[in-house]
Amino acid sequence: MTTDLGMPSAAPGATGTAAVPGLPDGTALTKKDFTSDQEVRWCPGCGDYAILAAVQGFLPELGLRRENIVFVSGIGCSSRFPYYLDTYGMHSIHGRAPAIATGLAATREDLSVWVVTGDGDALSIGGNHLIHALRRNVNLTILLFNNEIYGLTKGQYSPTSHVGQVTKSTPLGSLDTPFNPVSLALGAEASFVARTMDSDRQHLTSVLRAAAEHRGSALVEIYQNCPIFNDGVFDVLKDRTEAAARILHLTDGEEVAAGDNVVVRDDRGSLAVVPRAEVDPARIVRHDVSATDPSAAFALSRLDSPDLGHVPMGIFRNVQRPTYDDSLREQVASARTGEVTDADIDALLAGRDTWTVGA
Amino acid sequence: MSAKLVQKLDRVVIRFAGDSGDGMQLTGDRFTSQTALLGNDLSTLPNFPAEIRAPQGTLPGVSSFQLHFADHNVLTPGDAPDVLVAMNPAALKANLRDLPRGATIIVNTDEFTKRNLTKVGYTASPVDDGSLESYHVHPVALTSIAVEALASFTDLTRKEKERAKNMFALGLLSWLYTRPMEGTEAFLKSKFADKPEILEANLAALRAGFNYGETTEDFAVSYEVAPATMTPGTYRNVTGNVALSLGLVAAAHRAHLPLFLGSYPITPASDILHTLAGLKRYGVATMQAEDEIAGVGAALGASFGGALGVTTTSGPGLALKAETIGLAVSLELPLIVCDIQRGGPSTGLPTKTEQADLLQALFGRNGESPVAVVAPATPADCFDIAVEAVRIATTYRTPVIVLSDGYLANGSEPWRLPVTSELPDIAVEFATEPNAVDEKGQPTFHPYLRDPETLARPWAIPGTPGLEHRVGGIEKADVTGNISYDPDNHDHMTRLRQAKIDGIADTVGALEVDDPTGDADVLVLGWGSTFGPIAAAVRLARATGARVAQTHLRHLNPFPANTGEVLRSYQRVIVPEMNLGQLAMLLRAKYLVDVESHTSVRGLPFQAGELADVIATAVTSVSDLPLKEAAK
Repeated sequence: MTTDLGMPSAAPGATGTAAVPGLPDGTALTKKDFTSDQEVRWCPGCGDYAILAAVQGFLPELGLRRENIVFVSGIGCSSRFPYYLDTYGMHSIHGRAPAIATGLAATREDLSVWVVTGDGDALSIGGNHLIHALRRNVNLTILLFNNEIYGLTKGQYSPTSHVGQVTKSTPLGSLDTPFNPVSLALGAEASFVARTMDSDRQHLTSVLRAAAEHRGSALVEIYQNCPIFNDGVFDVLKDRTEAAARILHLTDGEEVAAGDNVVVRDDRGSLAVVPRAEVDPARIVRHDVSATDPSAAFALSRLDSPDLGHVPMGIFRNVQRPTYDDSLREQVASARTGEVTDADIDALLAGRDTWTVGA
Repeated sequence: MSAKLVQKLDRVVIRFAGDSGDGMQLTGDRFTSQTALLGNDLSTLPNFPAEIRAPQGTLPGVSSFQLHFADHNVLTPGDAPDVLVAMNPAALKANLRDLPRGATIIVNTDEFTKRNLTKVGYTASPVDDGSLESYHVHPVALTSIAVEALASFTDLTRKEKERAKNMFALGLLSWLYTRPMEGTEAFLKSKFADKPEILEANLAALRAGFNYGETTEDFAVSYEVAPATMTPGTYRNVTGNVALSLGLVAAAHRAHLPLFLGSYPITPASDILHTLAGLKRYGVATMQAEDEIAGVGAALGASFGGALGVTTTSGPGLALKAETIGLAVSLELPLIVCDIQRGGPSTGLPTKTEQADLLQALFGRNGESPVAVVAPATPADCFDIAVEAVRIATTYRTPVIVLSDGYLANGSEPWRLPVTSELPDIAVEFATEPNAVDEKGQPTFHPYLRDPETLARPWAIPGTPGLEHRVGGIEKADVTGNISYDPDNHDHMTRLRQAKIDGIADTVGALEVDDPTGDADVLVLGWGSTFGPIAAAVRLARATGARVAQTHLRHLNPFPANTGEVLRSYQRVIVPEMNLGQLAMLLRAKYLVDVESHTSVRGLPFQAGELADVIATAVTSVSDLPLKEAAK
């Protein structure tokens, strides 16, 4: 049961940056305006370079004032990101970026707040903050770089490493069952969840665009290659022929399909990938990105296979629901009766039970 | 009216004790409010179990509320009750050892059943077996008389009627000590506005208690305690947690900053969250975070955005927040961390008081990570300390830890209301312009270029054009704030951060000593909530002719600039603390003065009498010293 708090949710159709001041008419920024003077220090060949270039290239498109954009990160290779963007930024501590960004977004509606994190930062040490940010639906765009390994600490397994993965800390193979970040986010009531890949600039940019437009928490999982500790883990998805057969593109209203295969609902209610030739076309699942019930999106997320045989890519879910920060501001605004004066504070301090001692 | 005797008293200590479900905290609270309105000075000590409802009638389930009121300045809730109201055998048993011989005991005989007596190990009722001979015992069938008084309330069940027994007891005590009941009547009317039947029953029970006192022959005398002489002004009664909450709101108002509280519930700090959550109309935003870490993280995020970020917690939570406070030290942003201390280690004694987080507050982080630390002395002082914490945090761009404790948090005293417009002006100026030129001669912004006087860095908030910059926990190059692993830079920055905190001492005022005769050889120095008991002990000692000086530290980091000088001016310095000597260790280390520690970690404040003995012994030892030794 839900309680109607009598509060308007974010104006219907409001975008994620609805309250962020835009640039004066006729002016625009370029990728260069978003490039800081700091030397980028990732390893040669790191997937982070491509993501940085895509983000720097995309940000001008938002048409926002640069000073109203903030990137908050945690700890890890990906979390160096804010230093390389000429916006406001905070490189915080391990796992805590969603919590810090929540406080910022809650108090500053006029900011476009982004969180940059990795699979270790977001899903291990910071797992609690991630799920609660998604649950609250804080107006944040969270970019989760997933390379299925710990890079900064030099090659231990992560919560997305597959079972049996041999790493420095699992010489006989990892014993942990990995998280599926998309399933996790959907389970945490996320209102926007997407997956994309470092090397596909066009797809990455389109997902960023939708994520930035979304009002509420947007989680974007970005498959990212670590050339040093987990090189080539997503290579099969980068090979054009292989990708065509494996990537299940999620396009709203379209059939979910990859190559000759399509997704259908099987007899037990789950989704399955089957040859198109074997099924009645009416049974093929069409993607509904704005379905209120997250079950279908969750079922799609379960089509992942460890060998990357099938990988859904794109926007799993994009629905509108009240955001925590809008609602908090609304509660404060509706409680207020105007500018707080000294007399108001005097009355507050006095409370209801006072007595006076005369001279 | 009553033909009974009315006797004047100068002070009374009453303890209400009963089962956790008996409403003793409410009863105590109302009696306090009535007493405050009468103009007595007062101090309170609520004492309740950590369990929400321990098994009924058992010793662990006993909840009590002690109130000390007088016609003069009151410093503590009192060492020993003059009157105990015991609502059941457990309450009697748990509190009897605190009563001096001759004290008055009012017992609710209805609860002294065989079963209830057995529960707490009494084989016979102490009310009847003569074991309470040296006390004035008033056996009153509180429950059944209350139920009887409500006979006309036919719609109420017996259980509901029984629940009004605490109001009956309050009425009786109100008669006994000549307290006005209008305030309580108004309180009940507002509390039970939508339950008229329950309201009328409570009011009837309250009046029945009062009338019982007036008519029964068991109480031959009633008492009056005249109003205390207090500084003219408007007063209210306030607990430490409420005063702290109000102080934060007033300080944010004076700083022209929106207040954002990120917090996770923890005893005994939660009331600050509850209080602030109800103050949205003053622009206060509160967030109950998923954990302690998120609470402080959200507060720091809010500070980064230009709000006054506050988090509230107790010892275990402070431990969890340590890493984020360290980040705030590195970011050099204002942050208020209120630690309402309780008994430790670990979960410790959640509802009992202690002041053993001092070293954690000062040093409980990795690296050289100095923060300002302040501590209120009394419940009302929690207001002033909150304002002071905000002043330090915003002026110096630093986390400030406020060390209150369970005793101050729940204890209350009359508070002379300040005038908001006369509070310190702590208006904050954000950076709005570039503060340097780059190598190409273009205006630029250096986020770590410091104010030469305070060493504070500029607070440039997102949304300010031209000042875009990045901050983070990696060591920053001096001035530019860029990442730097340079050894000399790290050494320099480490010393700069320390120097900034040390510099706060320039603005906190000198440590003042109370030494009426001007020639005391013994100094008693305290911090935090020990102020009241120490001051009361000093008063007792002086009354016997002892020459003793007293001083109190409200700033624990940095100490006031003259602290060493003060310590060195006395032959003996005694430092009472509710820990094993944490401040004493700091003072000894910093000033090389042989201060003496007197400690207690019983979860309860010091008793004035106990400290007075310690002082008397010290004063005697000094006066016994050979002349040569004493002249040193």
